[in-house]
Amino acid sequence: MELYRSHILVCGGTGCVSSDSLKIEERFIDLIEKNDLKNEAKVVKTGCFGLCEAGPIVIVYPEGAFYSQLKVEDVDTIVSEHLVKGRIVTDLLYKESIQEGEMQSINDVGFYKKQERVALRNCGVINPEVIEEYIAYDGYEALGRVLTDMTPEEVIQIVKDSGLRGRGGGGFPTGLKWDFTAKAEGDQKYVACNADEGDPGAFMDRSVLEGDPHVIIESMAIAAYAVGANKGYVYIRAEYPIAVNRLQIAIDQAKDMGLLGENIFDTDFSFDMEIRLGAGAFVCGEETALINSIEGKRGMPRPRPPFPAVKGIFNKPTLLNNVETYANVPQIILRGAEWFSSIGTEKSKGTKVFALGGKINNTGLLEIPMGTTLREAIYDVGGGIPNGKAFKAVQTGGPSGGCIPAAHIDTPIDYDNLIELGSMMGSGGMIVMDEDNCMVDIARFFLDFTVEESCGKCTPCRDGTKRMLEMLDKIAAGTGTVEDLTKLQTLAKTIKNASLCGLGQTAPNPVLSTLHYFMDEYEAHVHEKRCPAGVCKALLNYMVIDEKCKKCGICAAKCPVNCISGTKGKTVYHIDTEQCIKCNACLEACPFDAIKKG
Amino acid sequence: MVTLSINGQRVEVEQDTTVLEAAATIGIKIPTFCHDPRLKPHGSCRICVVEVNGGKNLPTACVTPVYEGMEVETEGEEVVTARKEILDLLLADHPLECLTCEKAGECTLQDLCYQYGIERTSYDGERNHYEIDYSNDFYYSDQNKCIKCGKCVMVCDQLQETHAIGFAERGFETHIATPMERGLSESTCVSCGNCVSVCPVDALAPKKKTKFRYWETEKVRTTCSYCGVGCQMDLLVKDNKVVEVQPAEGVNDRMLCVKGKFAFDFLSHPNRLKMPLIRKDGRLQEASWEEAYDTIIGKINSIKEENGPGAFAGLTSARCSTEDNYMMQKFMRAAIGTNSVDHCARL
Ligand SMILES: Cc1cc2nc3c(=O)[nH]c(=O)nc-3n(C[C@H](O)[C@H](O)[C@H](O)COP(=O)(O)O)c2cc1C
Ligand code: SF4
Ligand code: SF4
Ligand code: SF4
Ligand code: SF4
Ligand code: SF4
Ligand code: SF4
Ligand code: FES
Repeated sequence: MELYRSHILVCGGTGCVSSDSLKIEERFIDLIEKNDLKNEAKVVKTGCFGLCEAGPIVIVYPEGAFYSQLKVEDVDTIVSEHLVKGRIVTDLLYKESIQEGEMQSINDVGFYKKQERVALRNCGVINPEVIEEYIAYDGYEALGRVLTDMTPEEVIQIVKDSGLRGRGGGGFPTGLKWDFTAKAEGDQKYVACNADEGDPGAFMDRSVLEGDPHVIIESMAIAAYAVGANKGYVYIRAEYPIAVNRLQIAIDQAKDMGLLGENIFDTDFSFDMEIRLGAGAFVCGEETALINSIEGKRGMPRPRPPFPAVKGIFNKPTLLNNVETYANVPQIILRGAEWFSSIGTEKSKGTKVFALGGKINNTGLLEIPMGTTLREAIYDVGGGIPNGKAFKAVQTGGPSGGCIPAAHIDTPIDYDNLIELGSMMGSGGMIVMDEDNCMVDIARFFLDFTVEESCGKCTPCRDGTKRMLEMLDKIAAGTGTVEDLTKLQTLAKTIKNASLCGLGQTAPNPVLSTLHYFMDEYEAHVHEKRCPAGVCKALLNYMVIDEKCKKCGICAAKCPVNCISGTKGKTVYHIDTEQCIKCNACLEACPFDAIKKG
Repeated sequence: MVTLSINGQRVEVEQDTTVLEAAATIGIKIPTFCHDPRLKPHGSCRICVVEVNGGKNLPTACVTPVYEGMEVETEGEEVVTARKEILDLLLADHPLECLTCEKAGECTLQDLCYQYGIERTSYDGERNHYEIDYSNDFYYSDQNKCIKCGKCVMVCDQLQETHAIGFAERGFETHIATPMERGLSESTCVSCGNCVSVCPVDALAPKKKTKFRYWETEKVRTTCSYCGVGCQMDLLVKDNKVVEVQPAEGVNDRMLCVKGKFAFDFLSHPNRLKMPLIRKDGRLQEASWEEAYDTIIGKINSIKEENGPGAFAGLTSARCSTEDNYMMQKFMRAAIGTNSVDHCARL
C-alpha cells in the first residue's frame, strides 16, 4: 500500500455534488498532477459529511482542516498554500472550527461534538466506490465471523440482546422480526432492504447508500444467513441515482471478491442480491405496498396479517428492514450486544440519525445517541435558531409525525417519548419552527403531502384526508367555522382508526398535534380572522404605524400595485388594504419600521 | 376450533375464519362493499369495521381472522360513527341521483345510507367529474358514481383473468380505467360482464333495453342454454319478459360469459323460432311438430333405402347438454348405422 502525506476528502454526497463538488475533485486531481504532488497527496471522494448547510465540503488530513462552501477557484489556493507550503487557508475554513484564531479538530466542532456515529461511521471517511477501503475499516469481518463461527440462532440472539429497533419508522424490535422470519415455514425466503425513503426532507438512508454501500450488502448477507434466505432485494427510489449507482458498483465488487454469490467464505452459504427501482411514491415505503411494487404490481398496501415474515415477496417469508437498521448490524456483531445496548435509553438502544431542517443554523444529518434531548439536538448540534428568533416547535417523524412545542424541548428523544407527545420517531425527519411559522399553515403543508401521496385504496384516507385539507384551507383563508374545528377532530379519529395502512393511520397527526398544542392559533384564525404568525396571506393586513411614519414615501415607491398614498414630507402614508397584494415589499423597504402586518 | 364472542354471543368456528364469516354463522350481518369471498383479501372500503376487545383501532371484519377469546362488537358507538363517516365521505363525491338511477333498489350505497340514516353529505368540497364511457356494446362505466371498492378490477384480474381494467391516478383522483384511458371498446375487455355483476353501485351497469325497476322483477333460477358448461343464472323477469341476467352459484362460481350475461334479447325477439318450419312451394312455412317429425322420419327412411347409411352425417351443437349429445351419437350409430358424427366444439 502506498503512503501519502495528505489525504483530501471531497464530499460526494448529493448535497455537495449539486453544488459542484465533482468539479472541485477534478480540479484537485489536476493541480496535484501539475504540482507534481501525485505521490504525496491523494484525493478521496467520500459519502456525505452531514453538514450539508456548509457544502461543498473538503477535509484535508492529517491536519483535519475542514474547508466549507468552497468554490472551484478556491482549490488553487488550497493546493498552493496548504498542500505545497503547508499553510492552512484559514479564510476558507468552516467558521465554527476556528476558535480564538486556532483551528479545532472537527470532532470538537459543535455540530459533531455530541454525535456518535455508528450507522454513519464510514460516511465521509472512506471512498464508497472502493471495496478495499471498506475492508480496511473492518468491512466484511462481521460476515466472516457470522458464517464461520456462529449459528443462525446465535446471530438472532445477539441482535435481540442489542435491543436494536427498526429505524424505518415503526420501531419494531429487529431481533424479533428476524426470529419470526427464521421460524416461518417456506422453501424459499427473501431478505429485503427498504431504501424508499419517502419522508420529505429525510436523507439518512441515501447518505448511507452513497457513503457506505457495502455495509448494506454485508448486513443483508448476515440477515439472510440468520433467517435462511438466499436472495435479497434492495428497493430504492429512482430519484437517488448516485445511491443506485454506488450500490450497484458495490454489489459488482462484492461478487468479484466472492463476498456475494455461491459458497461465501467457503461455507455452504450462498447469497445474491439485486436492486429494484421505485418510482418515488411515499406509500411504496409501506412494507406491503413495497412488496407489491417489487412484484411488479401497483404500489398499494394489503391487509396484515399475514405479515411479510410469513407471506412477503411472491408470498414467501420475507425479512424487510430499513437501511439504517441494517447499517447498525455489522457493528453489533463486531462490538457485541452489550456495547450497543449501553448506548441510549431503556427501551430505545443505540443511536439515531436525524435530518435536521427548517429554522435551524446547521441544516444537515446528525447521528446522536437515543436519549439526547431535543434541546441538545437543536441547540448544541443544530446550532440553534437563526436570526435570534424564538423556538416555537419541532416536527418529528415527517408527515406521519406531530409538532412538539417549546414546553417539551427537554424531552429525551426515544420511540416512546415521542409517541407520548403525539408525534413519532418516523424515519428521523426533524423540522424546526420559529415564531414566524403559523401552525395552521404547517399542518396544511404536511396534510397536503399525504393527500397527494394517498394511494387511493381505502375510503377514510383517500376521501377523509382530502376533506381535512379543505377544512384547513378554509381556516387559513379566514372562512373557517367552529364546526370545522370540531369536525376536524372527529374526522381525524375515523381516519386514524379505520384506515388500512400506516399512511392513513398517521396522516392526521400533524393536524391533531397542532390542534392540541396550538388551539389558540386555530381559534385566532376562526374567531378573529387573524393569523398570529402573519403567514396566512388571506388574513394579513399591512398597516402604517402613524406615530412611526417619517413621511419619506419610500414604501409608496416600492409598492408594485401603487396602493400606498401620501405626500412626501407632508402627510403620514396610508395603505389601501383592499388593493394590497400582501407582497411585503413596503415592510422590507421602510427604514423606520413604521409598517406592520397582522 | 376457536371460541370468541360477537355482540356478547359466544360462537365457535374453525381457525382461519374471518370475523365476517364467524358473525354470519350466528346470523349477524356486517355491512360490506368490497368483500367477495372469491377474491384475495384486500379490505379497501372499510365499511365493515368492528370493535375488537374495546381497542381504539377498528379492524375490518372481512379480512381479520378470529382468535381465541376475541370479543367483537359489530354495532358499537365507535363503529357506527366510523361507518357513518365513511358513508358521508363517499357521498361527498357521489351524484345522488337515486330517483332516476338504474341501480336504485339494488344499490349497496343506497341501502347502507338508509340503514345508517345518512340523507346527504356534510361536506361541500371538490368533486371529480368523469365522462361516462358508453363505448362497450353491453355495459357502461360511470366513474362519477364509483366508490372505488376495487371489486371490478380484482374480478377481471383474479377470476376472469383478462386484466382489461385497473386503477388510474391515486388519492382523491383514483378511478377505474382501461390502459392509457383509451376506453372500453379499445381495451382487451371481452364483455363478460363479470365486473358489472359485482359492482355495488351504478358505476358499471348493463345498458338496459327495457326500463324496469329491480323491485318490479322476479328472479328465475335457470341453466344457461348457450353451451355445455351449464352456468347457473338468475333471469330477472318483468311482465313475463327477461330484462337482465345475473350469475348464480353453481359450477360457474358466479361467473358468466358475454353470451350468458348479455345475450338474452332473442328470448322475446319477434323473429324467434317457436314452431318447426317446412319448405313448401319453395318457402319455409310453419308446421305442427307431428308433421315435422313425419317429414324427418320419411326422408331418413327413403335416403337410407336409396343410398345406404353412409349417406348420413350428424353434427351436434355445444348448446346441447352432454346427455343430448350422447343420444345424438347413439342415434346415428344404432338407428342409422353410421360413425360419421361430429360436434361444433371441435372446430
Ligand atoms: C406510509 C409509510 C411509508 C413508509 N416509508 C418507509 C420508508 O421510506 N423507509 C422505511 O424504511 N420504512 C418505511 N415505512 C415503514 C415500513 O413499512 C417498514 O415498517 C420498515 O421498512 C421496516 O423496517 P425496520 O423494522 O427496519 O424499520 C413506511 C411505512 C408507512 C406506513
Ligand atoms: S391508508 Fe391511504 S395509503 Fe394506506 S391503503 Fe388506505 S388509501 Fe392507501
Ligand atoms: S404589502 Fe406590497 S402591495 Fe401591500 S402595500 Fe406593501 S408594497 Fe404594496
Ligand atoms: S348508485 Fe346508488 S346511491 Fe348512487 S345514485 Fe344510484 S342508486 Fe343512488
Ligand atoms: S367485462 Fe369482463 S373482461 Fe371486460 S372489464 Fe369486465 S370483467 Fe374484464
Ligand atoms: S366501478 Fe364499481 S366495482 Fe369497480 S371500483 Fe367502482 S364501485 Fe367498485
Ligand atoms: S354460454 Fe357462457 S354463460 Fe352460458 S353456460 Fe356457456 S360459459 Fe356459461
Ligand atoms: S367489506 Fe371489509 S373492507 Fe370492504
